[in-house]
Amino acid sequence: MFKYIIKRILIALPVLIGITIIDYAIMSLAGSPLEMLAGPRVSEEAIANKEILLGLDKPVIVQYFIWIKQLLQGNLGTSIKSYQSVATMIGSHIGPTLLLMGTSLIVGLFIAVPAGIFSAIHQYKKRDYAVVTLSFVGISLPGFFLALLLIYVFTVRLGWLPSSGMTTLGTDGGFLDVAKHMVMPVTVLAVSVAGANIRYVRSAMLEILQSDYLRTATAKGIGRRRVINKHALRNALIPIITVIGMQIPTLFGGSIIVEKIFSWPGLGLMTMNSILNRDYPVIMGVCLLSAIVVLVGNLITDILYALVDPTISYK
Amino acid sequence: MKIKPVSNPSNTYNKQILKRFLKHKPAVISLIFLCVIVLLSLLAPAIAPYDPNRTTGGFSKAPDVAHWLGTDQVGRDVLSRLLYGTRISLTVGFLATLISTVIGVVLGLIAGYFGGWIDMVIMRFTDMVMSFPYILLVLVAAAIFGPGLTNIVLILGFVDWPGVARLVRGNVLSLRETNFVKSAEVAGMPKRYILFSEILPNTIAPILVYATSVFALSILDEAALSYLGMGVLPPTASLGNMLNGAESLTILTSKPWLWIPAGSLIILLALAINFIGDALRDAVDPTATR
Repeated sequence: MFKYIIKRILIALPVLIGITIIDYAIMSLAGSPLEMLAGPRVSEEAIANKEILLGLDKPVIVQYFIWIKQLLQGNLGTSIKSYQSVATMIGSHIGPTLLLMGTSLIVGLFIAVPAGIFSAIHQYKKRDYAVVTLSFVGISLPGFFLALLLIYVFTVRLGWLPSSGMTTLGTDGGFLDVAKHMVMPVTVLAVSVAGANIRYVRSAMLEILQSDYLRTATAKGIGRRRVINKHALRNALIPIITVIGMQIPTLFGGSIIVEKIFSWPGLGLMTMNSILNRDYPVIMGVCLLSAIVVLVGNLITDILYALVDPTISYK
Repeated sequence: MKIKPVSNPSNTYNKQILKRFLKHKPAVISLIFLCVIVLLSLLAPAIAPYDPNRTTGGFSKAPDVAHWLGTDQVGRDVLSRLLYGTRISLTVGFLATLISTVIGVVLGLIAGYFGGWIDMVIMRFTDMVMSFPYILLVLVAAAIFGPGLTNIVLILGFVDWPGVARLVRGNVLSLRETNFVKSAEVAGMPKRYILFSEILPNTIAPILVYATSVFALSILDEAALSYLGMGVLPPTASLGNMLNGAESLTILTSKPWLWIPAGSLIILLALAINFIGDALRDAVDPTATR
């Protein structure tokens, strides 16, 4: 077991290094920071000085290692628009995003897991088809369009929910106010999480329902309800662990567009704005951070999976 | 089960798949719907009542006899733009899927068949690309290379291959252990022959199923990007950029013909393609539990 964890971490290391290389390559593709600096009021001398100061006169590989050294010291660079440090900017925006993503993940799974299990138990019945069809609608609804529909119904027509921000302006928010602002963005993200996972949960449950030990349990005559609730459900929860890991990149990507539409003051909105402003140091910081979070998320999922499922091989 | 003499086994195999597919009613309806939409969009130049990029009526006029779906903010016919826009959106989705599938298939075949350090390098690279959230990579690439039709096809195509690569690699690994591949190896067939004539045809079905879901996703992604102004740029119409103006409250509340047709068409197209993919999955692999 311990060996497996060590091995899994050792495999993740080259991927981590690769991620930093890709990140740096994208940054180089985007153009040198000097071009962004250049303008009618900046002399060539100043640019040459800046080039030496930033170490841009050195070969690319040396520059990469300088960048890595800074990264290890927690220095993600400075925004070329707001001149704030990227690390500070991420730090001040990550809270609302984690709140949004976490709530959406929980809500989405609370829909997907019961719906998937319900669907599997009633396989090939009308109820099953209804749930599966709904899950198809969930994955076929573009998030931005669902957001527009929700705004149309709940803000414009009914006037029940605020359509932007995290708190009402001029107030300090409070739990209820934030909750009200969260309803629509969470709905949009949760629908996509649920849509994507209902079928996954369903097929995981179906596989378990067909397994030998469940046939044995049924043959013992302990009743359908107990078979499903006690024997099947527990084992169906194992593959669901992997689902949570798979959601991180999708949720993060989804939150970029959702936060933009609902002006949710999180990492996604910050990322979208820096993409529109071509603020590359911020974009690269976010890319790197999200890739590392995904990598670590996968690592934790794999290890959890191995801990829960004793039949997995630790080669 | 009755056993009939078989003259052309591949023909009956295809017939069986077709039969199983036709049992799936939503998929059959979806397929008919998709064919009609594709046909209409292909015939756009012949059947569109107006030039999609010319002002032909008043600004933001409600639907009437002359303009069945009304006109947009600059007086262009919405129906004509919808027809041409569907054409663009389907094309982007199809080409992006084609590119990502080809890249994924080639990398997956190589990794799975040759194994060893080649496999290691390709799969670790796949892991790296998969670590970046997909939408984020697409948005960043759109920011660097700029929006536009060609760029959006290339970006979606070059970002979305890791899933296919993993799928193909997995299939190749199991096919490599089968007797017909081993016998081809023993017979001294060249590797290229084994890869493309023995292994590839036997992994086409799952690739096709996967490609349908990529196709649906690509259409949705194009719509989202164009909506944000980072995809297909006006005046060229696409289903996504037709929704561009829908953010404004007046359009949302009092001019539904500017956003309902394009929005519903995106949903219906994605839904139809997903249904077809699902039925295809059932048809090619009846033992799978879906």
